[in-house]
Amino acid sequence: MFGFAPIRGGIHPSGNKESSAGREILSGIPLPERLVLPLFQQAGASALPIVQPGERVAKGQCIAVSGVGLSSHLHAPTSGTVVALEDVVAPHPSGLPSTALILEPDGEERWLEPAREDDPFSRSPEELASEVEKAGIVGLGGAVFPSAIKLRQGRRHEIKTLIINGGECEPYLTTDDRLMRERAAAIVEGARLIQHIVECYEIIIGIEDNKPEAIAAMRKAAAPYGKIEVRSVPAMYPMGSAKQLIQALTGLEVPAGGRSNDLGILVHNVATAYAIQQALRYGRPLVSRVLTLSGGCVAVPRNVEALFGTPIRHVMESCGGLTRPPDRLVMGGPMMGQALPSPDVPVMKGTAGILALTRREVNERTPDPCIRCGRCVDACPMGLVPLEMAKFSRADDFDGAVDYGLRDCILCGTCSWVCPSQIPLVNFFEYARAEMYQRRQTESKLNYTQQLTEARAARLEREAEEKRAAKAARAAKKRPRRNREDTPVAEESDS
Amino acid sequence: MSSVPPGMARRVAPHTHGSASVERIMFHVCLALLPATVFGVYLFGWPALLLWLVTCAAALATEAGCLLLQDKPMRRLGDGSALLTGWLLAMSLPPWAPWWIGAGGAAFAVAVGKHLYGGLGQNIFNPAMLARVALLVSFPVQMTTWIQPAQLAMPDFASALQVTFATGGIPDGLTGATILGELKTAQTAGTVQSLADANFSALDALFGRSGGSLGETSELLVLLGGLWLLALRIVSWHIPVAMLGTMALLAALFHHASPDHYPGPLLQLSSGGIMLGAFFIATDYVTSPSSKLGQLLFGAGCGAVVFAIRSWGGFPEGVGFAVLFMNALTPLLDRYCKPRVYGRNFRGRPVSAQPQARKAS
Repeated sequence: MFGFAPIRGGIHPSGNKESSAGREILSGIPLPERLVLPLFQQAGASALPIVQPGERVAKGQCIAVSGVGLSSHLHAPTSGTVVALEDVVAPHPSGLPSTALILEPDGEERWLEPAREDDPFSRSPEELASEVEKAGIVGLGGAVFPSAIKLRQGRRHEIKTLIINGGECEPYLTTDDRLMRERAAAIVEGARLIQHIVECYEIIIGIEDNKPEAIAAMRKAAAPYGKIEVRSVPAMYPMGSAKQLIQALTGLEVPAGGRSNDLGILVHNVATAYAIQQALRYGRPLVSRVLTLSGGCVAVPRNVEALFGTPIRHVMESCGGLTRPPDRLVMGGPMMGQALPSPDVPVMKGTAGILALTRREVNERTPDPCIRCGRCVDACPMGLVPLEMAKFSRADDFDGAVDYGLRDCILCGTCSWVCPSQIPLVNFFEYARAEMYQRRQTESKLNYTQQLTEARAARLEREAEEKRAAKAARAAKKRPRRNREDTPVAEESDS
Repeated sequence: MSSVPPGMARRVAPHTHGSASVERIMFHVCLALLPATVFGVYLFGWPALLLWLVTCAAALATEAGCLLLQDKPMRRLGDGSALLTGWLLAMSLPPWAPWWIGAGGAAFAVAVGKHLYGGLGQNIFNPAMLARVALLVSFPVQMTTWIQPAQLAMPDFASALQVTFATGGIPDGLTGATILGELKTAQTAGTVQSLADANFSALDALFGRSGGSLGETSELLVLLGGLWLLALRIVSWHIPVAMLGTMALLAALFHHASPDHYPGPLLQLSSGGIMLGAFFIATDYVTSPSSKLGQLLFGAGCGAVVFAIRSWGGFPEGVGFAVLFMNALTPLLDRYCKPRVYGRNFRGRPVSAQPQARKAS
C-alpha cells in the first residue's frame, strides 16, 4: 500500500505446497503401455512428424521436426515402435482434438546415442544455441516458448542480466522447489551456460522466500562462481510472472508492448536451465520433465519425473492413485492451469503439475452481480481496472475494455480469485482478446482485399490510360495520312 | 476415452478461489453496526427497536418482491445487501418516527434506489441516503422531530407500540433540536462559541447522550465499528480518512478565523452523522470510486460538502446530500483516476527502456 511491496497488488492464496515439497522427486515410474505425443506442445506452430507408423525408434530420436516459424522438435521419450498418427484429446483450451504420434515402448530404454560428457563451455555460443534447438527445449515454466529462439533474441540484444525464475508462485506446485533442492549444481551450470550463450554480465536467481531449503541449496551451488546472486523475493502470487519478477529484482518495468530484452534482461525458468544443462553437457534431448502431482484427492502428493506422452492416469496410478474421485482435474497450477476433460490426456512439455482437486479446494459458486468493491483493482499486479474491463468486454465494447487495460492484462487470474461475487473476470478478458484478435485478422484481410481491388482498378486505369496515350500517339504519327483515311469514310457515308 | 465425470470438462481457471463473498462482507458490516444500534435502542427505548425492525423487514420484503417481479434468483435475498440498506436507513431516522416513515423509506430505497437502476451493483446513488433525503424533503416534520434522551422516561412496550404505530405523535415535552439544529440558529445569530461552551460536551457527544438518530448519537461506537471494518479490510482507510480529515481541516480553519460563526473540529466530528457517513455510507462499494486516488478525492469531496451544508446550507445536517452529490461524480472519478499500469506512465504511454545497443553480429 505504501510502496514497500516490490510489486503492485498480488494475493496470498494458501500454498498447499508442504505435502509435495517434503518428498523427493520420484524417477523411473514404470513405462505405460503407450505414449501419446501431441505434435502441438509448444508456443507457435505444430511440429511435423518425420517417422511413419510401424517405424522403430530409439530413445531420444527426433520424431517430429520444428514447424514453420515458432516451433520446436519432438523426440521419442523411450525406445519402441511408432504405431499410429492419430487425433487425440489434448489439454488445450479449445477442446479440439490434436494430432499425436502414438509410441509403443519396447521396454529397452535404448538411447539413440550413448551418453557423452564433454565441456560445453569450450564450444561457441552459436553452436550451443543450435544444440538447444535440436534438443527440443521449450520454456518449462508454462509458457512453452522455444528456448533457442529466446536465446538467439538474447544474442541480438545487449543482455546485462540473466534472471533465473525460481518464483513458482502457483499454489500446490513444487517442481522448481524440488529441482533446486535436489539438482542445484546442474541448474547453476545451466544458468552459466545460458550466460555463456547470451554473453551477459550477471545472473540473478530469484526464489520466493517460502522456499528456504531451495535458497540454501542454490546459494551453496552458486558460491564457487562470481556474478551469480541468489536473491529471495516475497512469496506472493504472481511473483513468478516474468514481468513481476523483473520488477521485484531490479525495480525496472518492462515497457508496455515491449520485451524484457529491451531492458537488457533475459528470464529463464529453473527447469528450463536444468534441461539446457542436460542437453549441452550430456547431449540429452528433452524427453521427460518433473511435475507435481498434488491436490486433496491425491493419496501421496509428490513430484514425479515422467516421460512425455505418459497418460496422466498412469502417472497417478504409479504414485499411489487417488483417494476419491476429484471434483476437478487440472493440468498446471490452480491459478492459470487448464481443467482436463479426462485423465487420459498425456504429460506434455508444459505440464508443470497435475492436480486432483476437491470441491472444497476449488470453492466455486455461481457468480453474483459485481458490487464494485474494487478488490480486483487493488489486487491486479498490472494496475488495471478488471471490473470495468469485464463490464465492457461483456458488452463487446472492446475499445472500452482496452481503455481500462485489456491489452496489458497478463491473464494471471488474480482478479477472479479475489472477487467476492466470483465473477469469472479473467475469462471475459480471454474472450475479449480472442475476439479482438479475430477482428484484427478479419480487418487486415479486408484491408488486403481492398488494397488488391484498388490496385487492380488502378492498374486497369493505368493500362487504359496507356492505351489511350498510345493510340493518341499513333494517331498523331498518322496525322498526315488522316485526311486520306477520312475521305473514304466520308465518301462511304455519302454514298 | 473414458467417460468424463459430469461437469469436469471446460471449467475455467482459476481453479481455486479466495474466501471472500458478498454475504460475508455484508454480514461483517452489519456486525459493525451492531454496537451503535444496541446502544441507540438502550438510549431511546422500544420505539427505536420497533422502527429498526419495521425498516429492515420492509427492506427485505421489498427486495423479495423486486427479485420475484424480475425473475431473479431468490437466493440473492440472503446476500444481506437489502438488510444493510434497511439497517443504514433505520440508523439515519429519528428513533421515534412513525412506522410508515421506516417502511416507506425502506421500500423506496430498495425499489427505486436499487432495483430501478438494475439491482445490486447498478445503482448510482446510495439507496439508504436516497430514501433518507426523499423522506426529509417529503415529511420534514416527522424527519426532524428528535427525542432528547436526557429527559426521557422510558415508555413500556405498550406505549412504544403507540409511539411507532399510532398516529398520536410524540408529546412536545420530549422533543428538542439536535446540537446541529441549535448551531444552525446560533450561526445566524453569531453565538456559536457561547452555545458550544454552554451546551456542548465532547465526551457526551462521543458517548452519545445527545439527541439524534441511532447513527448520530454515539460517534464512538460507530467509530469502533468502522475500525473493525478497517481491520478486516472490508473498507480501506482512504474514504473515511479523507472525509473526516477534510471536515476537520475546514472546521479548524474557519473556526480559527471566526469562532462565533463556525464550531470547532471536535464538535463537527462528534455530532451528526459524519462518522456513520464516513465509515458506512460513503464507503458503499457500489457508489464510490474503485481506485484509491478516486476514493481520496471522493472522501475529501464528501467532507467538504458536509461542511458547506452545515455552515452555509439550509439544513442543519448534510451527510446524506453530500454523499449523494459525490455519488453523482463517481463515474467521472473512476474514469480519470485509473491506477498507473505496469510498464506505462500515468498518461498511459509505454515507459521508456534505456535503449540497448544492438550488437553487431
